[in-house]
Amino acid sequence: MSSRRSRITGKEINELASKLRSLLPESRRRNMSRVSASKLLKETCSYIKSLHREVDDLSSRLSDLMSTMETDSPQAEIIRSILGS
Amino acid sequence: MDSENSACGNPNPNPTLGPSKLMLAFRFLRALSLVHRTTPASSRTCRGRRIERAAYASMAYSAGTGRGWSRAVLRRLHHRARRRAVAPRRLSTTAGNRAEALRQLVPGGAGMDYCTLLEETADYIKCLSMQVELMQGIVDSSSSYGP
Repeated sequence: MSSRRSRITGKEINELASKLRSLLPESRRRNMSRVSASKLLKETCSYIKSLHREVDDLSSRLSDLMSTMETDSPQAEIIRSILGS
Repeated sequence: MDSENSACGNPNPNPTLGPSKLMLAFRFLRALSLVHRTTPASSRTCRGRRIERAAYASMAYSAGTGRGWSRAVLRRLHHRARRRAVAPRRLSTTAGNRAEALRQLVPGGAGMDYCTLLEETADYIKCLSMQVELMQGIVDSSSSYGP
């Protein structure tokens, strides 16, 4: 960790930190009211990782949905109308 | 250029307004449609990966080029440098290596100063969760018509 003084003020860090805190979903925010910046950063990293995993998981599920789509099912018709294909 | 990238259209002309959910949905669904038409049914994993790339592509296009993270995502997608080990990173010298873990998670984070990194993180999280919400919505609406 750098020992050089950064040019941003402590106030700005606090503002950014509370902004980050407000981005965490309620379930993760519970114990975050008076935590250090480093704890907040860790929680933020954990949250981003979980979002990445969700994108990965949902991509697989969408792929599965595509493969089970039969051409004549009402479900396929609805999806086709949404996709405009 | 990847077909799913070109399906996403031109970058958002109004990045300051933030991506609209409708534009995001439109781009993503268009890309999904393309993936469906052009991927053989047999390659399930390949299609899953293409859908994932379409997700990040439409996310980044919707955010526009005014954001460091979206530019980084688009660069990465256009170069398709997946096989390469982690690309050489330019570490910021003014803020040191603070928040190293976060820099690895936010696209383009390695070269940013600390302040910018936190702002980019906030925007990235907002867009990511919007994309997840969108994909979950598509899955839910497709599933509710099932047997």
